[in-house]
Amino acid sequence: MKVIIMGCGRVGAQIAGLLEQEGHEITILDNDANSFRRLPPDFKGTALLGNGMDEEVLKRAGIEEADVFVAMTQGDNRNVMAAQIAKHIFNVPRVISRIYDPLRQEMYDTLGIEAFSPTTIFAELVKEKIES
Amino acid sequence: MYIIIVGGGRVGYYLSKALLNEGHEILIIEKIARFCDIINEEMGSVCVLGDGCEAATLAEVGTARADMLVAVTGHDEDNLVACQVAKHKFNVPRTIARIRNPQNETLFKKLGIDVTVSATNIILEAIEKEVPTHPLTHLLTRADKGLEIVEVRISPDSKTIGKPIKKVPLPEGTKLALIIHRDRKPVIPNPNTVIREGDQIIALTTPELEEELRANLIGI
Repeated sequence: MKVIIMGCGRVGAQIAGLLEQEGHEITILDNDANSFRRLPPDFKGTALLGNGMDEEVLKRAGIEEADVFVAMTQGDNRNVMAAQIAKHIFNVPRVISRIYDPLRQEMYDTLGIEAFSPTTIFAELVKEKIES
Repeated sequence: MYIIIVGGGRVGYYLSKALLNEGHEILIIEKIARFCDIINEEMGSVCVLGDGCEAATLAEVGTARADMLVAVTGHDEDNLVACQVAKHKFNVPRTIARIRNPQNETLFKKLGIDVTVSATNIILEAIEKEVPTHPLTHLLTRADKGLEIVEVRISPDSKTIGKPIKKVPLPEGTKLALIIHRDRKPVIPNPNTVIREGDQIIALTTPELEEELRANLIGI
């Protein structure tokens, strides 16, 4: 599969590494070149400098042929906007977005973005740990 | 009308002033406390400190009864989300978003934002109108309908001057609506109307056909 990941933070970089090991074709985007240091040293995918909310940058990343788009920056709104560009402008079959705010996550989930909230997931995880 | 403005920067500030003067009920949501204080001191308590993209903040300010939400922060993504939350969670009848990247117009329209305002495009249109050599001006664009109303100017070097409309091949799907000549009354063109130097031709077209229409009208 061709996967585009927006945001090369700890999570983005780790997903890139894991998926590449499985043989997927990865392009990872970030608007700070410094972030690419987080990628595994043997990463053979494409690391592209640019803003993932810009259609031209997304085209350069090959979004027209992408099977999956993953929005993984720190900004909920940035993720949601990029995800909606991928879905509604470029018709990417699967669009996944991280949204910290549980309310916004719920809303965009009903609007057709596969959204998950680390806040909710982590809170539940910790609660389970405490109660077990 | 009850109008909620997201973003208390320069645009939000002057917009609120104008709307207050017109007698509307205004509420501004601004993230930065300093901006909030300045607005409240000058205009009375009209600014709430908070994030206008958060449903909780919007609920607090009574968004459900708002007639309109206007998002004018400096970030396109924040303006988009504020409008979407207003629409989907609070059924606000009209949402207006400021955009900085003109490309985002299509996306915002697709996602149900009623009006987008792009300073970049407005300046561009002003330049197009000012510069007489620019042969095609966009008068109105309905991106959602794939329709544009454009103005083509017949410059002195146009090859079509003196020709009747029926001799000018027009791309199928375009239509000439009006011809305005410098010193005569505007006419609705018929096949025998002759194109003259200085004519302003108002035409309906699609974005795909505009270039062909322009080229054929000026005869290149």
